[in-house]
Amino acid sequence: MILGSLLSDLSAYYSDNFGYLMRLFFDHLLMSIYGVLFAAIVGIPLGILIARYGKLSGTVITLANIIQTVPALAMLAILMLGMGLGQNTVIFTVFLYALLPILKNTYSGIKSVDPNITDAGKAMGMTRNQVLRMIELPLSLSVIIGGLRIALVVAIGVVAIGSFIGAPTLSDIIIRGTNATDGTVFIIAGALPIALIAVIIDIALRIIERKLDPTVSDNDAPEDVQSVN
Amino acid sequence: MLSIKNLTKIYGGKNKAVDDISLDIEQGEFIAFIGTSGSGKTTALRMINRMIEPTSGSIEIDGKDVMQMNPVELRRSIGYVIQQIGLLPHLTIKENIVLVPKLLKWSEERKDKKARELINLVDLPESYLDRYPNELSGGQQQRIGVIRALAAEQDIILMDEPFGALDPITRDTLQDLVKVLQKKLGKTFIFVTHDMDEAIKLADRIAILSNGQLIQFDTPDEILRNPANQFVRDFIGENRLIQDRPNMRTVEDAMIKPISVTADKSLSEVISIMRERRVDTIFVTRNDGTLLGYLDIEDINEGYRKGKDLVDIMHRDLFKIQIHDKLQDSVRTILKRNLRNIPVVDENNILLGLITRSNLVDIVYDSIWGETPAGVDEA
Ligand SMILES: Nc1ncnc2c1ncn2[C@@H]1O[C@H](COP(=O)(O)OP(=O)(O)OP(=O)(O)O)[C@@H](O)[C@H]1O
Ligand SMILES: [Mg+2]
Repeated sequence: MILGSLLSDLSAYYSDNFGYLMRLFFDHLLMSIYGVLFAAIVGIPLGILIARYGKLSGTVITLANIIQTVPALAMLAILMLGMGLGQNTVIFTVFLYALLPILKNTYSGIKSVDPNITDAGKAMGMTRNQVLRMIELPLSLSVIIGGLRIALVVAIGVVAIGSFIGAPTLSDIIIRGTNATDGTVFIIAGALPIALIAVIIDIALRIIERKLDPTVSDNDAPEDVQSVN
Repeated sequence: MLSIKNLTKIYGGKNKAVDDISLDIEQGEFIAFIGTSGSGKTTALRMINRMIEPTSGSIEIDGKDVMQMNPVELRRSIGYVIQQIGLLPHLTIKENIVLVPKLLKWSEERKDKKARELINLVDLPESYLDRYPNELSGGQQQRIGVIRALAAEQDIILMDEPFGALDPITRDTLQDLVKVLQKKLGKTFIFVTHDMDEAIKLADRIAILSNGQLIQFDTPDEILRNPANQFVRDFIGENRLIQDRPNMRTVEDAMIKPISVTADKSLSEVISIMRERRVDTIFVTRNDGTLLGYLDIEDINEGYRKGKDLVDIMHRDLFKIQIHDKLQDSVRTILKRNLRNIPVVDENNILLGLITRSNLVDIVYDSIWGETPAGVDEA
């Protein structure tokens, strides 16, 4: 009974507020994607660099690890002091949290390429860049995509907190629900699409990862790779 | 053409991996570097294409000092084959073969032609060009490894224990293949191994290394006859010294006349020839004597019943040896592979003779206990 009325309330809410919901949905998604994109622009080259010059790797990964341990809400609050309210602060926070999985996966992806293969490449007369472009990147692509996948899923969660500092996200609906006396419908209406994006992204990128994995065998998940909590 | 002078490599200030090695290698020679583990073979080899920089000494190719060359261009002009094969798993066989031509920016047609030409050279079907490395067996992959090193028409090919990880029979086949290729193409091969059999079988000259030093550099025959010192003697092994001393006979001395038919004969004719000559296998040739394959009596009976032609049922894949091969190499192969009848051909694949397992066994006994079994005669 209760479930039935909840479902009908939910569908009524969705059809009444479809435009508003879609706007939040895309804002939420876009903030996540921007943050991850910037993290990729910084994290992938940095990962390549530390894979190449081994000495830096410890320091850089420790640094990224430290960032990761700060609770997202605290991070948002601290950054808000410097950057003010709004979307940019949220995007920057996403950037910080997405950096570690991208960096770490790029690094371990490149490190896990069989040194005999890179050695053969070099011995055949590839320049360092050609070894990177023709051997290391293609062979670690699936692991790097794995990093992006984890980063995106983390990002969806981080953005959800962004409503507290005035960014428009799907959590707006949830917060409204928590403030209302009978807000169950709102809470579910907001939580459902958040969970949905995260799951869809996860599944879609996993499929791409598998497709790009040069080792092709199915039960062969890359080890030593960051996972979602 | 390749001149190595006082080549030395010191690791960590005192560990001499290669110690003052000098040797000259002629165009078209097959050289083996042999020595125990850690003797500096790999280090010496990799200094030739500057994968390792020498501490001192010089390497000249056709009078040009490699240290003055651009290392990337140098490596593109030298083929390199490693034990771990090192094919790129995400590229097709064809893309793997023409990797260096791609770096050299050859046209698509030229690369295509080269890939097909080379894969035929190692007896693999052209359809393999579109496969990926993990769809090939280890032996097939290493065939690709070998032709990859030849694709840009390199004059010098370096090989570091290329067949070390393969099973004995595959290794044997690939050794034969590489030897034939090397002769046919006239390239200089430098080959690292720690298997004396392999070195004797393949090399024109063998460089024996120990603790980074060059102990002896000579032809296999000369090393077997006159080992430079006790180390070399131990390395060769006393067994082989006995086995190899008495006869340096060629295949020609040992072969007998083969029984063959031309491919246009009918099966009933073949059967009557075989019955008359009392043989259970027979070779099939073209009219000019070129060897095509063989038939054995069971195939013929079956083919006859099913009304098939001779060319449909004959076996085309057969192991053959060259008339000028050394008998000792062939003995080893034949015994190892448990072959019964081995055709002998010349360079044009014309059938000249036949070696059977039983006449080989006679020869082995002769060479160990002398031509006449005197003890038996007197008794
Ligand atoms: N990068 C390196 N740093 C320090 N020492 C090295 C290095 N590479 C090789 N050596 C040392 O140099 C010596 C010769 O090594 P090398 O690899 O040339 O031997 P090898 O004859 O090829 O042996 P194997 O048959 O085992 O392949 C060994 O004592 C080895 O420990
Ligand atoms: Mg070695």
